[in-house]
Amino acid sequence: MEYLVLIYRDESKDGEVDWDKLGQEYEEYTAAVAQAGVMRGGQKLQPSVTASTVAVRDGERLVTDGPFAEAREQLGGFFVLECANLDEALEWAARCPGASHGTVELRPVMPT
Amino acid sequence: MGCALPGGEPRHGRVASGDADLTGTEDELGRIFRAEHGRVLARLVGFLGDIDDAEEALADACLKAVRHWPDSGIPDHPAAWLTAVARNAAIDKIRREKALTGKLALLRTETVMTDTLMPSDLDDDVPDERLRLFFTCCHPALARPAQAALTLRCLGGLTTVEVARLFLTTESAVAQRIVRAKRKIRDAVIPYRVPGRTELPQRLPAVLAVLYLLFTEGYAATTGPVQIRAELCTEAIRLARGVHGLLPDESEATALLALLLLTEARRHSRLDSRGQLVTLEDQDRAAWNRDLIVEGRQLLLGALQTRPAGRYALQAAIAAVHADAPSSQTTDWPQITALYGLLARLDPSPMVELNRAIAVAMADGPAAGLRLLNQLDDTGQLAGSHLLPAAQADLLRRLGRTAEAIAAYDQAVAMVGNDIERQYLARRRDQLTPPAQGLGS
Repeated sequence: MEYLVLIYRDESKDGEVDWDKLGQEYEEYTAAVAQAGVMRGGQKLQPSVTASTVAVRDGERLVTDGPFAEAREQLGGFFVLECANLDEALEWAARCPGASHGTVELRPVMPT
Repeated sequence: MGCALPGGEPRHGRVASGDADLTGTEDELGRIFRAEHGRVLARLVGFLGDIDDAEEALADACLKAVRHWPDSGIPDHPAAWLTAVARNAAIDKIRREKALTGKLALLRTETVMTDTLMPSDLDDDVPDERLRLFFTCCHPALARPAQAALTLRCLGGLTTVEVARLFLTTESAVAQRIVRAKRKIRDAVIPYRVPGRTELPQRLPAVLAVLYLLFTEGYAATTGPVQIRAELCTEAIRLARGVHGLLPDESEATALLALLLLTEARRHSRLDSRGQLVTLEDQDRAAWNRDLIVEGRQLLLGALQTRPAGRYALQAAIAAVHADAPSSQTTDWPQITALYGLLARLDPSPMVELNRAIAVAMADGPAAGLRLLNQLDDTGQLAGSHLLPAAQADLLRRLGRTAEAIAAYDQAVAMVGNDIERQYLARRRDQLTPPAQGLGS
């Protein structure tokens, strides 16, 4: 089963983050998931101020700036992990540095 | 949904008739289905890997049992019979679907399934299938109310209506909760297993809370014609022993087992020979099960090594104080009141306040207890439960405030879901019907 690991964090606290340390932690984590053979993909995202939202209603395109600007936690990146079950996925998600900085949401990918 | 003969409605089955023998068989079947539900369902989930499929197969097997057992007699190992028949029906169904879905590959090998036919396979072992199903139902990725509802449904074999009654909510809300939880177990692939040592302590509070609920429902059924559902108590104690076995150093797991054993020790004295409710005050304490009390007390002593005492240790301590006393009059009520005080601080809840008020009434007199009950009434927290007006009625009766007591009994009778408890309350009320002159006993 593939699980999407969504990493959320509070961008207003970016000033308090030790980026070198965090970068190091993510490198180690990415190496660990790759070595365990569970890595199916993953990317770091640009800050939410760079985001745009689009919706099409009655054939008309509506573009707005950013998603849910009022939300305290923003999507910062994601992994896709292949795990046997939710417990294994939770184990990996808990080890993700994002779990210690913000929150991590786990969603099973719909099987095709 | 569940078995063909839910405990509350024994008159709607195929074998229903005026014939005393048939009715006896029917009651017996209902009893067997209720007692074996958790064990058989856990087995079925074990090899089908899906709770819905397992429930459907079990319901099927119960139907077949209702048709065959009245003629063929009840088999020596009803659980093994039900498991085998359910399993075969499930395999047949999957074979029929096989060409379309190739689903058979998802099952464990046929050899493993044939092995499960043997009654010996249903023997107790730790961790057994029920413990695995229990931990699946109590997975932290499920909402707390869903954990409890699912456990009561799967391991307790309670109907959705019974679970709804217990949670003071609607049947559809419970049904939805259970459907959602099962869907999550399936789609998010919540594993069917006892968690590893590192996860266990963290999973413990939810697991113990649900176990306690399962036992309480068995000890004082919320609905239906029977006051006690022994099979739920037995199941809860079995699971509590299993959890204690997995985590012997967790004092709250030890304390919960102690609490269940100390409470279970009194179970047989709760009903008289005519099946009527006997309150703690009037119970024959010589009939309390001493072995269970001794074992419970020993476990409690172990649990109390950890300070401060947890909620189950405090409750077990209260049960132990009751067990020590030769009568209600000689019970150390001040100590019980103090223990409830600690419990109210540690784990505040309207039910704890209710019990504390009753203990205060015993220690300091009914007026003091009633004051606390009325304060609790004002909060509206127990608005859906008959227990509050029942307790008020009892204290009003003791105070000789007959008219108010009758009104409170009426209110309690109108709210109570259990038939035996209703009869008890109605009997108490009727003893008070005018002209009433200090009928307090």
